[in-house]
Parts: sequence; C-alpha cells; structure tokens
Amino acid sequence: MHEHDVIVVGGGGAGLRAAIAASEEGADTAIVSKLHPVRSHTGAAEGGINAALREGDSWQDHAYDTMKGSDFLGDAPAIETLVKDAPEEVINLEHWGMPFSREDDGRVSQRPFGGLSFPRTTYAGAETGHHLLHTMYQQAMKHGIQVYDEWHVSELAVTDHEDPSDRRCHGIVAYDVKTGTVEGFKANRGVILATGGPGQVYEHTTNAVSNTGDGYAMAYRAGVPLEDMEFVQFHPTTLPSTGVLISEGVRGEGGILYNEKGERFMFEHGYANNEGELASRDVVARAELTEVNQGRGVEDEYVHLDMRHLGEERILDRLENILHLAEDFEGVDGLVEPMPVKPGQHYEMGGIETDENGETCIEGLYAAGECACVSVHGSNRLGGNALPELIVFGKRAGHHAAGKDMKEAEITTGYTDECEPGDVDSPVEPGAVDTKSGDVAADGSGELTDPQAVVERTVEHERDRVQTFLDKDEGVQHAAIREDLQDSMTANVNVFRNEEGLKTALEDIREARERYQDVYVDDPSRTFNTDLLHTMETRNLIDLAEAITLGALAREEFRGAHWRQEYQERRDDEWLKHTLLRWNDGTPELFYKPVILEGENKTYEPTVRSY
Amino acid sequence: MSTQVPETETEAEAETEGKPHQERRLAEKEERREAADRERVAREEIEAADDSVHLKVFRYDPEVEGKQEPRFDDFHVPFKKGMTVLDALMYARDHYDSSLTFRHSCRQAICGSDAMFVNGSQRLCCKTQMVDLEEPVRVEPLPHQEVVKDLVVDMQHFYDQMESVEPYFQTNETPDGELEEQRQSRENREKIKMSTRCIWCGACMSSCNIAAGDNQYLGPAAINKAYQFYMDEREGEDMQEHRMRILEQEHGVWRCQTQFSCTEVCPKDIPLTEHIQELKREAVKSNLKFW
Repeated sequence: MHEHDVIVVGGGGAGLRAAIAASEEGADTAIVSKLHPVRSHTGAAEGGINAALREGDSWQDHAYDTMKGSDFLGDAPAIETLVKDAPEEVINLEHWGMPFSREDDGRVSQRPFGGLSFPRTTYAGAETGHHLLHTMYQQAMKHGIQVYDEWHVSELAVTDHEDPSDRRCHGIVAYDVKTGTVEGFKANRGVILATGGPGQVYEHTTNAVSNTGDGYAMAYRAGVPLEDMEFVQFHPTTLPSTGVLISEGVRGEGGILYNEKGERFMFEHGYANNEGELASRDVVARAELTEVNQGRGVEDEYVHLDMRHLGEERILDRLENILHLAEDFEGVDGLVEPMPVKPGQHYEMGGIETDENGETCIEGLYAAGECACVSVHGSNRLGGNALPELIVFGKRAGHHAAGKDMKEAEITTGYTDECEPGDVDSPVEPGAVDTKSGDVAADGSGELTDPQAVVERTVEHERDRVQTFLDKDEGVQHAAIREDLQDSMTANVNVFRNEEGLKTALEDIREARERYQDVYVDDPSRTFNTDLLHTMETRNLIDLAEAITLGALAREEFRGAHWRQEYQERRDDEWLKHTLLRWNDGTPELFYKPVILEGENKTYEPTVRSY
Repeated sequence: MSTQVPETETEAEAETEGKPHQERRLAEKEERREAADRERVAREEIEAADDSVHLKVFRYDPEVEGKQEPRFDDFHVPFKKGMTVLDALMYARDHYDSSLTFRHSCRQAICGSDAMFVNGSQRLCCKTQMVDLEEPVRVEPLPHQEVVKDLVVDMQHFYDQMESVEPYFQTNETPDGELEEQRQSRENREKIKMSTRCIWCGACMSSCNIAAGDNQYLGPAAINKAYQFYMDEREGEDMQEHRMRILEQEHGVWRCQTQFSCTEVCPKDIPLTEHIQELKREAVKSNLKFW
C-alpha cells in the first residue's frame, strides 16, 4: 500500500496547483492520474484567464460580470473568492515563467471576452491552457512531487457511516494501466479530486476522450452530492466534424458570425443587440441553433465565423493556433475563408459540491477545477473563468488538505437545515440496478473506522471487480453501450430540452445500466488493457448522464445554459436554488439549497440578463 | 523489445497465480477471436467493395498467446470525409477488436499522446489525414523505444531526458511587489515562442539517429526545452551559465549532427535543429568569454 499525506487525483491545472500548494505547506504529496500530467485536457484551453489586473478594472466588476453570467445562480462567497484571488494567482504564474502574450511595455496582455465589462482576459496566444499546464507541471517537477502516471483511480476509500456527512475519506484505489495491478493509496490528510469534465457523456464535445468524469462519479457514489449538473455549457464555436474548439478569443479579437444568407445574425435577428458576438456563450449557442433550425444555417448544420478582416499580422500574433486547428481538422484556411462552427458540449458548470476551501461534506475529501462546484459559474460559465478557477480553488484545496489554517468557509455542504427535499417525475427507477449488490458503501462488514482497513477493504472490492471483468467471457462490450448513451444525450439533453426528450433519455440511460450488468472485457491481458480501462469509465458516464438528466427534468425553468421548452422564463420566486443529487446507496435522492446572493459588501439583486 | 529488432526475445512474464484457469480462458478467448476474425473478414469484404480504408497495424502483447511474436493485423475501416489515422484506429478498436491498444486523448494535437510510426515516418495520428497516405496505411509504434503493447511505447526514457535539463523557470529576481510582473519584451517572447510549443510527443527523439545510438544523448526535445529557458531574458545570466553547463556536457548539443530528421517530423513545426545549432553557437561564445 502506498501512503502519502495528500493525494491529488488528476494532473491537469487544478490538480497540479493543488499538489504544489500542498507540497509548499510541507505535506508529502503525490499526484495519481490516468494520464501523464502534460497529456491533461487543461492543455487544450485556448482563450485565457480572467483577472482584474489593470487600472480601470476591479474585482467588484469581475464579480458582477460573473454573477450576471451565472444568471444569478452562482454563490457570492465563491465568486468573490475567485475574483479576489485571481490577480495574485495570474501574477504567480508569470513569476513561474509562463510565456504570456505581452504588451509593448513588457506587461502581460489582456483582451476582451464574452460577457465581460472590461478586457481582462490574460492570455498566451490561443494556447493559454497549454502554457498554463506545462508551466505548472514544471513547477511540480521542481518541487519533486511524486507522480503516479497512467494509474486510473477507480474508487475512493471512505468509511461507511450512514450519514455521508459523518464519513471520512482515507485514500483511494487505483489500477496501474501498465501492469494491471490494483493497489491502495492511503492519504493521511486528504484526497483532492481534480479529474476534469464529463464531456464524453456527449457525442459532439470539445473534451478529450479521457474526460469521462471519473471524479464526479466516485464522489457521488461515496455519498457527496452532485450540484447543478443540469447546467452543461455548449460552446458556440466548435468545428462541425470533430468538435475541436475554436477559441472565443476569435470573437474577442473581433471575429464575426454570419448565417448562410451572410447576415450578421447576432445583431440582425436581435439575439444580443448590444454585445453581438460577445454575448454570453449560452446566448450565442442558442442563436446559432435557432438560425439553423429556421433554415438559415450553412448546409443546414452550422454557421460561419469570419476573422479575415482582422488581418494576417494580428491573427498570426494572437490567434495562430486557430489557423492550425481549422486547417488540420476542417481543411479550412482561416486567412482566406470563414470557418464553419456549431455548438458543442464544452463544460459542466455543476459538479461535486464543495465549499470555498474545496472541501466536500466528507471529511478529508476535496474537489477542485471543472469536477467541483463551489459554485462560481451558476447556470452559465463566462469564457476565461475556468482557468482562474483551477488555480484559485486548486491552491485553496491543496492548502486546506495540507492542514493550513484558513478562514472558515461560508458555503455549507451536505444535507443541512437549509435544504429542502425535491422530487422528480422519472419514468424509470434511477440509480443502481441492484442496490443489494456490493455497489454500496456499506457492505455489511460493520462500521470500519481504521484507515488502513478502510483502504484495504476498497482494494479487495476493486480487485474483485477487475477480476470479474476479465473472467467474464461474453456479453456486451462497453463501446456499444457508450455510443448509444452519447447518442441519446446528444439527441435529448442538448441545448434545447423538453420533458419528452428528457424522459426518453432517462429510459435510455436505464437501458444502458441494465446492459452494463452484462458487460465484459474481451482483451484478456493485464498489460495496458485499455479495453478494461474504458469499460470502467463507461460506468461513470452512465452515472453522470443520469445525474445531468434528472437535474434537467427537475428544473422547471429557463436559466442560463438550461433551456426548457415548457418553461420559457427564469423563475426566481421558486428556483433561486441549487439542485443537489446524492447517490443515497443506489437510490438517488434530490434536494435543494438556496443560492447565496449576499456578498461581502453588497447583495446581488437578480436582474433581467441581456447582452 | 523494439520494433527495430523484432527478432529479439520477448520477456513474457505471465502471472503465475491461477495459471491453469488463465490458460484455459486465454485459449477459449483465442478460439472466439478466430471466429470473430472470420466474421470480420466477411464484413471487410463487403466494406472493401464500398469506400473503405486499409490499415496494417503492428500487434504485440507480452502475455497473450498469438501476440507474443509481433505481427501485423489488417483492418478495413469505412471511410468518412476528414478521417484521421486516429479516427480509423478508434473505429477498428470499437467495432472490430477491443484489444487494439494505443494512447490518445485530446484528438486535437495538443496532448501529444498519439505519436506513432505511420507509413515509415513519425506522425501525430490525430492530425494525419487518411487521404494523404498511401494504402495500406502501416501503423507501428515509435521506433527506438521499448514497446509495451501494440502501439504503446515506454515513454520513461523520454521523460527522464526532459527532466534532466531542469525544465522549469528559475530566477532569483522576482519583483518585490505582490502584483508586480517581470517584464518581458515582445521580441523576447517571440524569440522563445516556437520552443514553448513542444507537446512532449516524442516524435523527434524517435526519429533521431544519434539518440538511437547514444542513450544518454539529451535529444532534440530536451535541448529545445532548455533553449526556451536559456533564451528567456527573465532568468538572468547566472542561470544561463548553469544551463549552458548542462547543454555542453558530453551527451549534449555537440552530439547533434544536423540531420534535420527531428525538425522534419515535429508536428508543431518547431525548428529543433536550428535551436540546437543556435545553442552550439552560444556555447562557443560563452567559452570564448573565459579566454
């Protein structure tokens, strides 16, 4: 059994930042990731990092933009923490040598981004994430942080107290992809989940193939609520054939969207009379699909994003990477023709419920980055707000886990007195197919509290699971289940949603669960068995698809990224609250907690959100 | 084992635990696989009549019977416009043989996972279009690296070489003010720009004859990484000298024989050979300083 003070699961931006912070506090820290850290999907982030660095800007303005962007579903203490910490964290990256784009006076450049009242998006070309990731991995090396790369973390080692808020996380269990062994990792102080997004729930996504939401699913099954999962961001500018992202930076620099008739529809059809192309992402994504649905799309599928008028020099200076992506993945030369774009799944606003210090309701279990929900983004994330979230909350989680004395969090976690029970009209029984199987935290072995024993028990459980997969000789293969799941989610739980579609999706998800009972791994090898790895991931995708869809069916209003055909208005009287879903040992339970709109010095009054 | 020397013996260390059961099961699986193969051939014939592409893929697994001796498997994959080598491999895996093993993640040439040897050249599979290749398309693991299984190679040596050049920013001159930046001129940023694009895919190292013959040679990727920091004006002169000592060592920049193979295969178009040459010139200059 391996043993460390702090174990970080995932080696992307949030994980690396958390590990560096924990290490700086003197904790023996290790990163366990199914990828080598530099392969993490933070590297694909293009646009930039929002931070109020310059005169004329302020954290208060950044906070208001973020709250408005969230459609008043972000929690003020989380948002204010983000915007206040972001400037120092960005400068910290600069001190670590990150190659930011520069102004003539040698300071880091900033550019306009959607939904921002000030050009506060700090960037490094159109490959900001790549530089952020590599800069932080370099620092992790400098700190001598131990990295277990290509180890897939498959389960958390958590005590089995009946109330999840009484449980404690003592470590993790991971599968070594290269050798096929399953081993326990005991964490003396804390486990930090930083596993990134769940984009593979959808067929058309900007996310990597590895973004299967493992962290959300593990925390969920261990008893931590998933918060606001119905809010899925569809990025307005992805390449139609592959889902490869074309940065919002293109519009930030002045790129224009046209429909098939050559109309600048954001203005001409009144979607955003003030901000046009730089309206918030949810607004632009819906506008594009409306154009296509009303017969004004190019080839009935996409719209055009034109940046030719920016000129070669500016494009090469600030957006060169976009030229390569359009050329390599769509065969289009952005200097001489407009680029085809359509909305694609990009980001999950919801996630593992945490407080400002990254802690969940289970002691010793933390989450940071996309997989966490503090909540900063509410129902819609602004472009350029994901990267500051990684570094700000990654660092806080790392510090807290390592034992640093920090201000007590204002945000509460778990089922508290403030919460109210919820109900969702699902056409099928959600959750585990067989709650009596060994799928639950409590497996009848009594309340184990000894940390070592808790980890060992989880190791045994996972070894059995892997062996069962390998022993089973026939049945269904995971790829077929995954493909059907992705197709159903893309058809039914996309930008535009209605009750009928959501219910169809829940039925399809149930079917996927039942088929998964019969899943087998054809590759008999213990060496680098990706068949086995992907089979384990697919189970996580099923849990997440269900959580997203249950939330979407429960929320009877239109807010931010969540559009419902039957409910065309934001309903503040009833829905200024977060959706929470907990696994409840296999029988998902829905409840709500109120949004916190009271900030340090002001209360954010919900207003009509227009751009 | 390495693809370059397929006749060397394989280290098949099958698990001893539960061996009879394992053997029986493997044998049964092999039978099923043969049946599946027959089905596949039938399917392939139908598809070959339509628009399909033909892949010949290197297969090897140290513990699976029939794969311990390296072999090539044929896959016929239905062609779609814009299909990349990675798309074709994924299709083959998800529809024909789930044990086909390769690394991949982002699908957009930034994670650097899927550098392979395609039709005799190191390429990133996700950005290589099938239409640009002559069929059958031969896909092999990166040469000069140990093969773990199928198209997966052991990257540890590559990572070790990267780490050996201290690839992290180091300076003693961080500004005092908490929010004060280290200024960097646009020119200096431009100077290091190409070097910062490295995605650690290992294509360059695999293409380099010198690296193949000298395991201690830093290699183009690591030297390029060092170039990024050596040229960064924010690090200061002391650090430059320290970095030059690493670069000038016996297995450093002087080993490069300017064959340009690294530059040719780099999927990010980093002028690797040029960077190495520039560092050689810097090395000469810094040595002259002490005369």
